[in-house]
Amino acid sequence: MLKVNEISKVFNPGTVNEKLALDRLSLTLNEGDFVTVIGGNGAGKSTLLNAVAGTWYVSAGSILIDDVDVTRMSEHKRAKYLGRVFQDPMMGTAATMGIDENLALASRRGTMRGLGRGITHKEREHYKELLETLDLGLENRITTKVGLLSGGQRQAVTLLMASLKKPKLLLLDEHTAALDPKTAAKVLETTEQIVRRDNLTTLMITHNMRDAIAHGNRLIMMDNGHIVLDISGDEKKKLTVDDLMEKFAVAAGQEFDNDQAILG
Amino acid sequence: MFFTDFINALPGAVAQGLIWGIMAIGVYITYKILDVADLTVDGTMCTGGAVCVMMLTSGKPMWLALLAAVGAGLLAGLVTGLFHTLMGIPAILAGILSQLSLYSINLKIMDNKANQSLNARNFNLLVSLGNVKSAPVRIVDGHPVFNPIFLVAVVLILIIAVLYWFFGTELGCSLRATGANPNMSRAQGINTKRGVVLGLMVSNALVAFSSALLAQYQGFADINMGRGAIVIGLAAVIIGTVLFDRIFHNFALKLLAVGIGAIVYYVVLQLVLSLGVDTNLLKLLSAVVVAIFLAVPYWRKQYMSKPSKATEKKS
Ligand SMILES: Nc1ncnc2c1ncn2[C@@H]1O[C@H](COP(=O)(O)OP(=O)(O)O)[C@@H](O)[C@H]1O
Ligand SMILES: [Mg+2]
Repeated sequence: MLKVNEISKVFNPGTVNEKLALDRLSLTLNEGDFVTVIGGNGAGKSTLLNAVAGTWYVSAGSILIDDVDVTRMSEHKRAKYLGRVFQDPMMGTAATMGIDENLALASRRGTMRGLGRGITHKEREHYKELLETLDLGLENRITTKVGLLSGGQRQAVTLLMASLKKPKLLLLDEHTAALDPKTAAKVLETTEQIVRRDNLTTLMITHNMRDAIAHGNRLIMMDNGHIVLDISGDEKKKLTVDDLMEKFAVAAGQEFDNDQAILG
Repeated sequence: MFFTDFINALPGAVAQGLIWGIMAIGVYITYKILDVADLTVDGTMCTGGAVCVMMLTSGKPMWLALLAAVGAGLLAGLVTGLFHTLMGIPAILAGILSQLSLYSINLKIMDNKANQSLNARNFNLLVSLGNVKSAPVRIVDGHPVFNPIFLVAVVLILIIAVLYWFFGTELGCSLRATGANPNMSRAQGINTKRGVVLGLMVSNALVAFSSALLAQYQGFADINMGRGAIVIGLAAVIIGTVLFDRIFHNFALKLLAVGIGAIVYYVVLQLVLSLGVDTNLLKLLSAVVVAIFLAVPYWRKQYMSKPSKATEKKS
């Protein structure tokens, strides 16, 4: 499904701020894998997701999605394979457009946008049903501008948008980190529902070790631009937070920075 | 005395306002929808008129002259768009470069003259200052002659109708999304660069069309006719927003508000003129008024906003 071959990313090359954020990193995801990603601040987690999404091109290496080489494919073109939810609730939606219009934009991901209607009545009915599944009461206010919604509501809508057109790969970058714990739990629950319903191959970054353990079938830990730990199957099921901290210390040769990882 | 002056000049002010209303809708598309301040328009606001006048004086039919003006506007927008997206020049600077280039180009279009006149007596013009107080439509020598207020109002409404339709299409929605949140737009597969170029083209086409009407209306094209156009356009957008924001929520009505904003601008300008204010000060006055209105929303946010919730933090 996803094949990342020895990718590197250097920020600000040739300056004093030069930073090797990804260092010959390789990762292969199988169809239906739900992978949680943890690691300290600056480990390169977001950089990995952005590399896959095409926010910029990688400095070296290659990226294949479903056997298509997307390494030099622009961000908007490879968007047809990807669903994305960002850490910042403002990032994933157009604030000045309605909930329905945002969903309509997402439902046209990967298609030619021509002079057909931007949204139809039939679509609106469909979106109402989808919004009902979120259980946030949004189905009764589908023309409300997204800018008027709370952060949690926006993330829930962004999740719907990311999965409206079944993506080959769902990329979640700490999408609950900016929410209060209760809302975060709810959004995470919705995430789990959607991923299971559509059997989505998913890469989910989280700051919360418990969440990383509780969700998905595979867990990877990053440090300094490398993957330092990759656990799946039964081993992952039996994993505890203490195990993780210990494994991190061994793998990275240092104590896991507790301040940076919220243990929930 | 002052009052009769003002009343006499009122129809002319309304006609000018309507013509500039088309221009202001062009500014609305870039400034409000795409979130780009495009300074190309100061050049395009002459280019359209220059092209139209030269075409008409060389005996071309009206429809062709207008089409050529619109084409010139599209081209100007394309160039600014490519400066910005292909060459990575910041939008403001890209617009300034186009505007400067257009100064030379406009002179060349006008046969190296700063002014080219178009005598209403020799041409069947669509709009002319001379008809501003006559009936909406008259038949003169077998040709319909329109009152400019009537004709431009109809044209303005047609333009609003077409834009309303366009911004409801998939392509139009993708342009709105591009202006609202380019990151999200790319994540949803929208080519934001192409969107910005397209928006600039549509905007400058409208400006050039407005310019073509203005040149006919006043009976000449002049190298300085677009100077400060962006400020007039912004003033119209701002006046329209301030006056109608609370009551107009529909997109078509918002565009209409911009048109009305331009009329209000020219009526107020006429009022100031009738009061005997030094005309040399007018541009300064316009700039100050626009600056203040642009500052209002900023000040409001800065000094009167409640502390935002943690979950609503701005990116
Ligand atoms: N756009 C950028 N420009 C320069 N440096 C960056 C950029 N994005 C990330 N970095 C740097 O790369 C490293 C990895 O960042 P990131 O992937 O955001 O970490 P995290 O694991 O916390 O998501 C950090 O040192 C960060 O400062
Ligand atoms: Mg990050």
